[in-house]
Amino acid sequence: MCSLGVFPAPVTAAQTLLERNNELLSALHPGEHPQTHEPLSACVSVPRFLAVGSACVLALLRWASSFHGSLFPHLTLSSDEMVAEFSQMLDWSDSALRSFAWHPHTDKFAVALLDDSIRIYKSNSSATPTLKHRCQRSVCALQWKPLCGSALAVACQSCLLIWHVDPTSLSTRPSSGCAQVLSHPGHSPITSIAWSPTGSLLVSASPVDTAMMVWDVAAESAVPLQRVGGGGVTYLSWSPDGSRLLAATPSALFRVWETRMWTCERWPCLKGSCQVRKLRKLSITVFELMYAFIYFFKLTFFSQTSWDPRGERLAVLLKGDSQAVNHPSVIAVFKTRSSPVFELLPCGFVMGEAGAEPRFMQFHPHFQHGALLTVCWSDGRISHVPFYFSSAGLLGGDSPQQALASNTADHSSNKLYTEQIS
Amino acid sequence: RDPGKNRCCIKASRRRLYINCLCVIRINVIIVERLCLRLKGCMKCACARPDSHLIYFQVVIWRAVASIAWSVLLLPVTAAVFVLLSRFSLFHPIQWISDCTSLLAASSTVFSLVVLCGVVLITGFFNLEFYTLVPAIPCSRMALLGTVLHPRQCVHSLVYCTMGMLVMWCASVTIGGRYSTLGTPCRQSESGEVVTCLNEYHLFILLAGAFMGYSHSFLGVVQNMYYVSFQPIQQYKYPRFKGCLPMVVKCSVIQALYSARNFAAFYFFFGYAPKTWISSTLNLQIDSSIQPLDSLTGLLDFSLLYHLSISGTFLYLTWYLTVLLFRICVTEAYSFPVQSTFTEDAEQSLPKVLAEKNTLVMKFLALQDLALLSHHSLSRRLEVFSLSQPGGHAHNWNAISRECLSLLSELTQRLVAHQDAVASNGRVKSQSDIAETPRLSVPLRTPGSVFKSSVGGANNALTAPFTPDVNSPFSSPAIRRLVGQQDRQSPCFGTEQSPHIMRRGPKLWSASTGLSHLVAASFSEDQFGVVQTTLPNVLSCLVVLLEAVDRHFKLPHASSKPVRTICSMGDSTYKTLRFALRAALKTAIYKITTTFGEHLNAVNISTEHRKRLQQFLEFKD
Repeated sequence: MCSLGVFPAPVTAAQTLLERNNELLSALHPGEHPQTHEPLSACVSVPRFLAVGSACVLALLRWASSFHGSLFPHLTLSSDEMVAEFSQMLDWSDSALRSFAWHPHTDKFAVALLDDSIRIYKSNSSATPTLKHRCQRSVCALQWKPLCGSALAVACQSCLLIWHVDPTSLSTRPSSGCAQVLSHPGHSPITSIAWSPTGSLLVSASPVDTAMMVWDVAAESAVPLQRVGGGGVTYLSWSPDGSRLLAATPSALFRVWETRMWTCERWPCLKGSCQVRKLRKLSITVFELMYAFIYFFKLTFFSQTSWDPRGERLAVLLKGDSQAVNHPSVIAVFKTRSSPVFELLPCGFVMGEAGAEPRFMQFHPHFQHGALLTVCWSDGRISHVPFYFSSAGLLGGDSPQQALASNTADHSSNKLYTEQIS
Repeated sequence: RDPGKNRCCIKASRRRLYINCLCVIRINVIIVERLCLRLKGCMKCACARPDSHLIYFQVVIWRAVASIAWSVLLLPVTAAVFVLLSRFSLFHPIQWISDCTSLLAASSTVFSLVVLCGVVLITGFFNLEFYTLVPAIPCSRMALLGTVLHPRQCVHSLVYCTMGMLVMWCASVTIGGRYSTLGTPCRQSESGEVVTCLNEYHLFILLAGAFMGYSHSFLGVVQNMYYVSFQPIQQYKYPRFKGCLPMVVKCSVIQALYSARNFAAFYFFFGYAPKTWISSTLNLQIDSSIQPLDSLTGLLDFSLLYHLSISGTFLYLTWYLTVLLFRICVTEAYSFPVQSTFTEDAEQSLPKVLAEKNTLVMKFLALQDLALLSHHSLSRRLEVFSLSQPGGHAHNWNAISRECLSLLSELTQRLVAHQDAVASNGRVKSQSDIAETPRLSVPLRTPGSVFKSSVGGANNALTAPFTPDVNSPFSSPAIRRLVGQQDRQSPCFGTEQSPHIMRRGPKLWSASTGLSHLVAASFSEDQFGVVQTTLPNVLSCLVVLLEAVDRHFKLPHASSKPVRTICSMGDSTYKTLRFALRAALKTAIYKITTTFGEHLNAVNISTEHRKRLQQFLEFKD
């Protein structure tokens, strides 16, 4: 396929700004970063002896209560360690940013900070509502409800919170009455949540609980779906058409649920823990890609992949070696094409400021001019890196897959019946 | 002792047992016959009026019978577990196991099983008779009392008391030992001669059965035990049963413990009366040498309380499992044909069943099927949007959309009517009016502040404290009807999503054939036309309903959350249905607006609605 040798050499000193004319451009002056937000600072105070003592007691209790603790070593971790282990954010425990989520339809995003508050940023509004709730501790994941302007699901240590933040309100501090608290005994800490693409169901998972919960949020009722093998569920992802759901476990096993009758099939991973991050057409290509990476880069651990909504750019976060000096985490970006054959071409590395390492990344769900990659850095900054390109589907022929891929935002080609007859 | 006489006694007792067994089997046969008679009656109805009843018979009754059969099949399993638990002894495990195996094979156990089968049959029959899709929400305590004292409910309670006693009798026979019979031989203290005394343990267990039976019947009303709700997701029967089983076992254990505590207290205070009554009627002596059970020391008997809770758990588990199986079987998805090829089964087609007025279950099943089809089945969607062969009319889509729209507008009208009623009462402060409207009779039970603010028409009551009463969230008949309606509505939104899916479906097809692209496109546009002509209606209907619901949420109480119940067999999802309705409505509108995008400007709707839709387009709602 391809190797690192084909990549253009990364410019270490400068921060990557954008892609234009098939080249990644960097900032000439390191001080100039028009796309970044100010560092978000947060402080936290923990009575140390209390934390250590209670963590020990909890770990002991959990170890004693779970008879298969020896089979599944993750059960011996404390609650916080478990969240840190299975969070999407790298180095979750000391990261200033705990989680990040774009809204699927509008230009706004939510960020969870170290002090367990959540801020919401909008593109054309200076008001940034701050969400705080007494149950909102150790936020591990955020997701906006699709087909809804206001609802934000938050996975916390003890429960699941659904915030209803009125988009038109100017209040900077919505009351905790705007939040629904969903909890189920034995179902904590929650490390992954996933809304169905129609927004009707919310699925939550905990590494401790072998059952994943399918929530009817408005009715606040849950249907547990239990499968014993694997020792818990760590990561969930819906396929874009909503027909399947991927559920990864801490052991070398994951399941693919079909969402019509909610039956599942087991897929064993070949080796190591399952780190599949995106399910796209049951992403066989992603698996191949992953093993190709492991083969080529000789990396022990492969952290995140993110595919832009049009399927033309693939970003891969490669976790560095914390012991070695010269091995930081990096983001490699590929150009992909899925038809007529699957192609993977190197695009370049995305660099941050000097000394900053990427912790999390996500593509903007509907960027008009190409793709927009949002990266959370270790110094608390969030940067948006636009990739300007014209979609291959618009330039080339009318192949159905490309039409489908680009169909989400583009309605200009087809007209309504009523428009035609008038 | 004379061995011959002894053998004779054993033989006589065996014969008696067989006769009893035959009697109970006979009773069971009678019950089954009754059930069959009822089924036959349904059949006759179906034959006389071959429209909706035939399919009702085919689907619902058949499912109920299947659920009863499953519960009967499960009975030996639960009975075996009960036997194992009741004879449990920690220090003699081998003897325990061998005892239990011999007991399971004994004729008395088989006899008990036959009795229990009868109980399960009657329970299943009551499930079929009493189940409801619209939860009954009493407006006040008086209304609740009225429901409990209703003759139908009285019969129900009586039957459940009897069944509870029967089950407990079986349990006491199975446990054996000091519980097995009502009369025991005892020696009188003065004369020394042997007489038959009353066995208070047996009586205690039997009365506990009656008590639990009544409390089950009572809680059935309070918790809406017979309310059947449709699940948010579809599952096959077996996984769903497996998933619900731990919850049911937990519920029955908790309920049995509560009942055991309550019954012990009850017996402590009132136990004397039944004891003397039974002993005087049956001419049984009361053994004065044994500690009476209606005393503190008599009740603090660990073994007695253990057996009481174990038997209670068994009793509740039997009933709950029957209810659970019934719910699972009835709400299973049923696939109606969209279009019937023959005129005989035209009544079974989806549009016809949707228009069904008499049998609510069929309507709900049809709506559920419609929601499923709009999500998961492309071929059946195509059938919905197809045109009739001669004539080219979109009969299927028209019928389905008309039904859904009429349901929605009916709900809107009810909401508006209810709001008007409340508004007028809010202005007119006369006490008589307030007392008459059920909605305002609720605050009479809630703190006075709520009462005043609601009369004053202020909306401050939203934050007012709420009595943790099971029945208070819904009070007015209008809202109750709303609750009943919503379940129908929420699957209904499936249809509104189908235009969107249909836009994609044929497009893929047309695109696949290169040459006939143009023709196919015009054909598919025609198909779109089918949907798009009704689009303004759909949109305006949804927006009007949303406005009505928004106004409804401004009423006091409407937006306060119900108290969550911890563990009960009753389904409490109906309490949050209005939130579900609002969420589903918004999602449906968003689905349409995001799919059609700017094209909505070309749709012919009024300006206010357009303004509202514009908010949705900008994700400002």
